[in-house]
Amino acid sequence: MTTLSDPPPGAFRLSMLLSDTRYRSYTFQFIALILLIAMMAYLGMNLVRNLAAAGLNISYDFLGEPAGYDINQRLVEYDSQSSHMRAALVGILNTLLVAFLACVTATVLGVIIGVLRLSKNWLVSKLMAVYVEAFRNVPVLIWIIMIFTLVTAVLPGARSYLGEDPEFDLLFGMFAFTNRGVYVPALVWEAGSTIVAIVFVASIVGVFAYRRYAKNLLFQTGRLLPMGWPSLVILFVPTILIFYIMGQPISLDLPDPLANRFNLRGGVQIGAPLIALWLALSIYTGAFIAENVRAGIQAVSKGQTEAASSLGLRPGRVMNLVVLPQALRVIIPPLISQYLNITKNSSLAIAVGYADITATLGGITLNQTGRAIECVLLLMLFYLVISLAISAVMNVYNKAVSLKER
Amino acid sequence: MKTSVILGALTAAGMAAGAAGAATIDDIKARGKLNCGVTTGLVGFAAPDANGEWKGFDVAVCRAVAAAVLGDATAVEFVPTTGKTRFTALASGEIDMLARNTTWTFSRDVDLKFTFVGVNYYDGQGFMVPKDLGVSSAKELDGATVCIQTGTTTELNLADFFRANNISYEPVPIETNAEAQQQYLAGACDVYTTDASGLAATRATFEDPGAHALLPEIISKEPLGPLTRHGDDDWADTVRWTLNALITAEELGVTSANIAEMSSGTNNPEINRLLGTEGTLGEMLGLDAEWAKRAIMAEGNYGEIFAKHIGEDTPIGLARGLNAQWTDGGLLYSPPFR
Repeated sequence: MTTLSDPPPGAFRLSMLLSDTRYRSYTFQFIALILLIAMMAYLGMNLVRNLAAAGLNISYDFLGEPAGYDINQRLVEYDSQSSHMRAALVGILNTLLVAFLACVTATVLGVIIGVLRLSKNWLVSKLMAVYVEAFRNVPVLIWIIMIFTLVTAVLPGARSYLGEDPEFDLLFGMFAFTNRGVYVPALVWEAGSTIVAIVFVASIVGVFAYRRYAKNLLFQTGRLLPMGWPSLVILFVPTILIFYIMGQPISLDLPDPLANRFNLRGGVQIGAPLIALWLALSIYTGAFIAENVRAGIQAVSKGQTEAASSLGLRPGRVMNLVVLPQALRVIIPPLISQYLNITKNSSLAIAVGYADITATLGGITLNQTGRAIECVLLLMLFYLVISLAISAVMNVYNKAVSLKER
Repeated sequence: MKTSVILGALTAAGMAAGAAGAATIDDIKARGKLNCGVTTGLVGFAAPDANGEWKGFDVAVCRAVAAAVLGDATAVEFVPTTGKTRFTALASGEIDMLARNTTWTFSRDVDLKFTFVGVNYYDGQGFMVPKDLGVSSAKELDGATVCIQTGTTTELNLADFFRANNISYEPVPIETNAEAQQQYLAGACDVYTTDASGLAATRATFEDPGAHALLPEIISKEPLGPLTRHGDDDWADTVRWTLNALITAEELGVTSANIAEMSSGTNNPEINRLLGTEGTLGEMLGLDAEWAKRAIMAEGNYGEIFAKHIGEDTPIGLARGLNAQWTDGGLLYSPPFR
């Protein structure tokens, strides 16, 4: 190709906006932007004008008013005299709770199934294929409702556990499985319990420190220290000792079948709606993550596996030490979007009466105050912020595992 | 992404507000159908029968209005709405009127900008429990799990009642009556609370209605009635006076059986004005002279409609009680046709 001399600088003419390919794309982009802004402005004006014509206004004053309704699952203190703002906060925390729980279980489930799907065992790999295809090809709403119906239809009513001579006894005297949810013991923290908690946290740090020491020792001298039992000893022995030294400051609050004629009292109730939503989101998204994991593993060159095997590593170690760390580079980006999906799909909570942000702010508050536009805008803002935050955190993690080029 | 979502919301809101301005009655005539919002299914008040035809006490109001305006009681498009969707549906113009046992409250009337045209059923919130619970008063419900339709006044009354009596409960929010029934029968909640009429209607559909009791407490006033949106008083008048025509017809003894005979003229001038053989009431409404006659002929007068759908001879078995004519000691009192 012959090299032409550059056009003289400063020779920009207006016609070049259309004729010169260097500027033409900017021209069109600019026009498109103007049109977009004009359309937004038109719609905004239209909204304001029509609201004014109907005698309505945009106001967020209602957020300070008493909500007037009760919520069945609250992570923070709330009663019917609390404000709509507080109700929204309860909803936000419930959304975050179920999203977090589902993200964790979906990831664990997805990784296990994704790896098993590549198993050489015909039955296992086919079973996993069936799982993936069955769960990801049925809408998640159906799964939510199905699990909820199963929980309410199969498990006994709460009253079966109540009274002096109940139909069912508490499992180990601690757990009750009813169609309203699962009751588990709650921890009661008394004076001195902080010290026990601090010791426990210190023990966890200690376990990691020990494992690191053992690893370094292995790499430097080749001496292999036992891993399993010392970890357990470090984790539990000091905590248990302190627990008894401090005079057992942590006790259990067990579900009590005698306190109330309708429900078990005491303990922690994990409601049926939470269980249904959590399980459904986990198994549904787990199927997608399994496919991501499979793709990630298959993206790692077979030579890596063969090289690791020829070094004498067992198949489990090959997977954990060689294949999965490399596969993560492929898995993480689609995993981010699965986490976003979980968070957004959690808004289907409304189907089973789980009090997430869509049910409180976008449901009851919207309905009782009639402030539809305000509530929906707030909802959109919330989901946007949460999704962007998840993306940001996961992108940081992605940077950490991605290929370091030096 | 962000902009497109906001754009969509603004478009929807803009269109919604835009639809509220036009003259409703012209739209209905041009369409040839009345869009009437009803429940998603509450036997006796509004529910499709075995043939898929909507039947019920609220449905009858829609049919009467359609008969008055369009001359055809079947020219109604029934739009099922939940407690949550009903107001958006009405405000956006998706439906022309809402006849969905909706409680007339200050904030709905004033703040949500709706016009309640009258009361077709005076109700109150009650509680239903299985008899084997052995509960005889709502004040014994401390700690109970309560099924409640979300987005309703009952939700707020419930919170107030338990708070005032210093007892606790666990709410189970439910979208529709059918869902509530399923949850209640499965034992996922101990108590179901909604308007007493709704409880009676729901209980009538149970396999064993005798195993469930309505508690004596009525914890609120729930005047239920049809409503339209603000901004079209002519249309609100049409619906209001159609309802009044049904009530007045009962008061004056005009029934679907004798209406043909009476419309040839009677000695009672008010009947004559109602049925259009005297005066120009129909013309004032922008309708023809026989509008009220058609409305009454659609399903009969108020008393006939009541008896047919929810009265004591039906499985729902509601007594007239507060809903008797004022002449019989009830609250039904239509302004005069003059």
